[in-house]
Amino acid sequence: MNRLPRWIDLIIIPAISLLLAMLFSGLAIWSIGEDPFNAFKIMIDGSLRSTYGWGYTLYYATNFIFTGLAVSIAFHARLFNIGGEGQAVLGGLGVALICLYIPWPHWTLALVGASICGALFGAAWAAIPAFLQAKRGSHIVITTIMFNFIAAALLNFLLIGLLKPAKVMEPATAKFPEATNLPNLHEVLGLFGIPFSKATPANISLFVAIAACIVIWVLIWHTRLGYAIRSFGQSESAAKYAGISSTKIIMITMLISGALAGMMAINNVMGEAERLVLNAAEGAGFIGIAVALMGRSHPFGVFLAALLFGFLYQGGAELAFSTSIPREMVVVIQSLVILFTGALDGMVRAPIERLYLAMQKQKTVAE
Amino acid sequence: MELLTLLLPILDSTVRSATPLLLACLAGLYSERAGIFDIGLEGKMLASAFMSAAIAYTTGNVWVGLLAGIGASLALSAVHGLASITYRGNQLISGVAINFFAAGMAVVAAQSWFGQGGQTPRLTDESRFSPITLPFAETLQDTPIIGPIYYELISGHTLLVYVAMLAVPLTWFVLYRTRFGLRLRAVGENPSAVDTAGVSVIGLRFAAVAICGVLCGIAGAQLATAEPAAGFVKDMTAGRGFIALAALIFAKWRPWYALFACLLFGFLQAIALRPDQIELVLGFKVQLQLLDALPYILTVVILAGFVGKAIPPRAGGEPYVKER
Repeated sequence: MNRLPRWIDLIIIPAISLLLAMLFSGLAIWSIGEDPFNAFKIMIDGSLRSTYGWGYTLYYATNFIFTGLAVSIAFHARLFNIGGEGQAVLGGLGVALICLYIPWPHWTLALVGASICGALFGAAWAAIPAFLQAKRGSHIVITTIMFNFIAAALLNFLLIGLLKPAKVMEPATAKFPEATNLPNLHEVLGLFGIPFSKATPANISLFVAIAACIVIWVLIWHTRLGYAIRSFGQSESAAKYAGISSTKIIMITMLISGALAGMMAINNVMGEAERLVLNAAEGAGFIGIAVALMGRSHPFGVFLAALLFGFLYQGGAELAFSTSIPREMVVVIQSLVILFTGALDGMVRAPIERLYLAMQKQKTVAE
Repeated sequence: MELLTLLLPILDSTVRSATPLLLACLAGLYSERAGIFDIGLEGKMLASAFMSAAIAYTTGNVWVGLLAGIGASLALSAVHGLASITYRGNQLISGVAINFFAAGMAVVAAQSWFGQGGQTPRLTDESRFSPITLPFAETLQDTPIIGPIYYELISGHTLLVYVAMLAVPLTWFVLYRTRFGLRLRAVGENPSAVDTAGVSVIGLRFAAVAICGVLCGIAGAQLATAEPAAGFVKDMTAGRGFIALAALIFAKWRPWYALFACLLFGFLQAIALRPDQIELVLGFKVQLQLLDALPYILTVVILAGFVGKAIPPRAGGEPYVKER
């Protein structure tokens, strides 16, 4: 067998890719005349050494869990959903509409309603590219990219027109009613007597995201549908031969994917901003790609990778705050992670594979 | 006559907006015809826009700036080639990484070099491309109809605009009338046939990716250093790389169609800049956001195959594995 054992594939290779990405990030920081080690220390201090830092880290991580899961499930069917951003934006629209126009009696009901509505809007936005891929063979990567831009234009149109309250200059909706405000992590953890910073946007959506990880894990590995999705991803023709309809799988997978991206809005729109603003998703849809790659499309891996990117985001904000390193450095680090864990995977894998095989050979010779 | 004076400025700015789109679109055409998908056009343009403006400012020479821009874009092309040709990685993921890298690094470097909030200082006249007045443009200016068209629309653009326009017939010639072009197209359709004929698939694909880098480099320099532009600002490509990608599909991967697609999308950008003019000419108000979204909507319609079918090169997006 010329296959690598699972622990190398799942732990060693991502770790080396991550190290390479960190090395090059360090070089980038060093090249603008800053100390990479000091920068790293500031990032850790600012994001992990206080509950305030953790609050922001977990808030960002919640966004990335949703979008990371969205990209992951599409990866399982070998579909590349690059439209998480647009789907998250539309999810935000769904959440805003249902929070503004339905008088919710209590936040619990509002959370359920908003989750469903955000998921529906996100799924609807993914449905058209999915349909075009399934029925007309239009490349889903291109159509989902186009739908990101169309979503941005649509939201732009709505926020400076229909949804903007009168006499307000800023393109945003009105504040959501009090009853839809979600409890933040300070209140939730307070119930268990755990002290947590009051001033952070982390909220109960985190637990919804964790629940989503578990649901997706069950779906992919323990249901008939998950089996169909994975076999479709492994070999479309074999799946067809086994009686699995490709149209059905593409549609269902993309609907779930879009729904997950749309559900992100309960965290950033309902939980944090408590109104819908322009560019609310802030690129989280794209970070989902990095998270899914890093997490090897496994819900638990996605959870860990989302935490990592949450740390990067919060740490990057701290960097911009206390050094002359601009916030955009995070985007550079993120791109390097995508490059090394995704596109240059072969470069990292090949030498390790060779080394492993050579070691195996030696072992058999010695025996 | 009245209509002409209204239309000419719009058409003039159509040509200007279409230029970077056209260069990026042709860049994508070479790459995708050779079987390498490239969604990193945006990033390469942005990297070049920054480098060309930064170097043009520091040296005071726009040509050195142009070369630096092309160099930056080529470097990113090399990464894309390494990932997608040498290591057979996922070309789409590589493109995504390149877009983010350029978007982040350009601002980080601009802040570190110039400290002006992620942009370059304003370029002065020696360090940017100025409009060229074609021969007889001024003498012919008063001739009815032809005069203003020649003076306003055809003359008076920067050199890079003419380079972009000339690149269209040149690309057509290279692709359809040279041996290199034949091989390039073949490698995007059936690389193993090219390999069997004893031609290097890897070499051809790297050549295509390099041409793509050069053209994206010129596109970026046009954005940042050709008048009326005066330097780099954050995210200045503003999705043009994706509009170029859309134009490429709209053009069904053909050079002349690419020209018309880019002129159409450039026209949409030009009228989006002057909503008052559209109202004057058309007599009704057009939603700006609709104009922004229109290139993407049109592309989706084309992709859906309702208006003619866009069929990509057959081996597009797949790394070539020799020993199958």
